Amino acid sequence: MTVSLSGRGVGHSFGDIAVLDGLDFEVAPGQVLGVVGPSGCGKSTLLELICGLRRPDRGTIAVAGRITERERLARSAWMPQTDCLLPWYTALDNAALALRNLGHSRVEARAEAGRLFDRFGLSGFEHARPDQLSGGMRQRVAFLRTLVSRKDVLLLDEPFASLDAITRAELQEWLLPVLSAENRTVVLVTHDVEEALYLSDTVLALTARPGRPAAMIEAPPGAGPAREHVVTGAGFGRRREELLGLLKRSPEPTAGERG
Amino acid sequence: MKAAGHTARIWLPPLVLVLVLLGLWQLAAGTGFLADRLGLDDFLVPSPAQVAEVLWQDRGLIADNAAVTLVEILAGFAVALLLGLAVATLLHFSDLVRRASYPVVVASQTIPIIVIAPILVVWFGYGIGPKLAVIALICFFPIAVNTLDGLRSVDPDSVRMMRTLYASRSQIFRRVEAPAALPYAFSGAKIAVAVAVIGAVFGEWVGSERGLGHLMLQDNAQLMTARLFASVAVLSLIAIVLFSLIGLVERALLRWR
Repeated sequence: MTVSLSGRGVGHSFGDIAVLDGLDFEVAPGQVLGVVGPSGCGKSTLLELICGLRRPDRGTIAVAGRITERERLARSAWMPQTDCLLPWYTALDNAALALRNLGHSRVEARAEAGRLFDRFGLSGFEHARPDQLSGGMRQRVAFLRTLVSRKDVLLLDEPFASLDAITRAELQEWLLPVLSAENRTVVLVTHDVEEALYLSDTVLALTARPGRPAAMIEAPPGAGPAREHVVTGAGFGRRREELLGLLKRSPEPTAGERG
Repeated sequence: MKAAGHTARIWLPPLVLVLVLLGLWQLAAGTGFLADRLGLDDFLVPSPAQVAEVLWQDRGLIADNAAVTLVEILAGFAVALLLGLAVATLLHFSDLVRRASYPVVVASQTIPIIVIAPILVVWFGYGIGPKLAVIALICFFPIAVNTLDGLRSVDPDSVRMMRTLYASRSQIFRRVEAPAALPYAFSGAKIAVAVAVIGAVFGEWVGSERGLGHLMLQDNAQLMTARLFASVAVLSLIAIVLFSLIGLVERALLRWR
C-alpha cells in the first residue's frame, strides 16, 4: 500500500529565526517530490517535520491523512544527511536495524535484509564493517536500511551530497529504477538541481531562509535508464536553467520584507 | 616474524628505559654514593639488587600480603564498576535525577579520603569493609563521569534515525548509546584501576592486620627500607598488570575501532 503526503501552510522557527514559512505541497502515492533550495533554507528541517521528529509551529502535515507526530513517525523512514551507519555493526546488521527493532530474530532479520544486498550491488560485503566500505557503498547501505523498514514514505536528505561527482552520477542512475520499482512516496532533499530533476516527478524550489515556495516544476518524463540522455534533453536543460535562475534570484532575508 | 617484530617495537623502548634507570640507581646506591651525599646509613638507601634480594628472601610473606591487597583491589573495583555504570545510566535516563545528583557525584570526589578513612574503620572495623569503601569511593568517579560523557556523546542523528526505524527507548540504549559509551567506560576503568591500588594502600594504612599497605607501614617503622621498596615494586606490578588486562578486554570488545 502506498500513501499520499501533504502539507498545508507549514512553517517552523528555531527561537526567533524562521526557517520555513507558508509551505503547501502534495505528493501523490508512489510519486517523488524533489526539494531544492540554497543551503540554510530549511530543507532538512522540512524532512524532520514530515517524519514526525519535530512538530511544525504552523500548519499541518498529513501522511496517509494522519496528522499527529506519532502517526507520521510510524509511517515514514528518514535517511539523514550523514549515513549514521553504526560502526559496531556489520553492513548487514545495519541494514537489518528496523527489523531487529520490530522484534524479528537476528537470523530472520539478516536473511530478509540480506536478500536485497545483491540487487544493491553489495553482495560479498554483508559482513564488512562500515569503515571498510567506500562512500558510495555506505550510502547504499544507509538507503537499504531505510528501505527495509517497509515504510510507505521515504524521506531522503541529500543522499549523495558527500560523494564525488562520478559516484554520485552512478548512484543517481542506480536509484531511479529502484525508486520506481519500490513505488513508495518519496521526498528527496538536495541542493543539486540536476539531481532533483532527474530523480523526481515534481520539484519544489525554496527561497533562502526562511524557506518559502519559489516554484513547483514538473520534471520531464524519464527517457529510459541512460542518465546522459535525460540530462542533455532540451526539456531537462530548460527546466534546470529555470530552477537555477529562481534559486539565484531568491531574495536574501531582510528585515521587514514580505512580512 | 612480523608479529614478533611488532611486539618488540612496543615493549623494547620502555624496557630499555627501565633498565637504564635501574642501572643508574644501582650505580648511585650500590656504591654508597647516594647514601653518602644524603648523609644517611647505607641500609636506608637500598640498591635495586638489594631490593631484589629481599623480594626473593621474603617472597612468601610478600606474596601473602599482596594476595590480600589484590583481593581488596578487585572487589573494590568491581563495586565501583557496577555502581559507576548504574549511576551513569540512571543519570543519562533522567534529566531531573542528573540535575539533582551530579553535584553529589562531584562532591563524592572532593571528600578527602585521608579524613574519611578512619571514620570508615570506626564504622566497619578492621576487616575488608573499609578498604572496599575507600577503593570504591575513588574508583567510582572516573567510571561514572566517563561513562556519562560517553552516553551523552552519541550522535543525535543516529538516535533520531533509530526512532524512525521503530526503536523503543531501551532499543536505542542497547543498540546505539551503550556501544557508543563503551570506549569512554573503558577509559574510566583504566584510570580507576590505577588509583584503586593507591586506595587499597590508604585503606590498609588506616587500620588493617594484613596486606601490602600494612606491611609497608611496619617496614617503614622498622626502617626495613629494602623490603618497603620491594612492596612498592609489587604494588606497581599489580597496577600495570590490571591496567593491561583491561586494555586486552577493551581491544577484544571494541573490535570496530
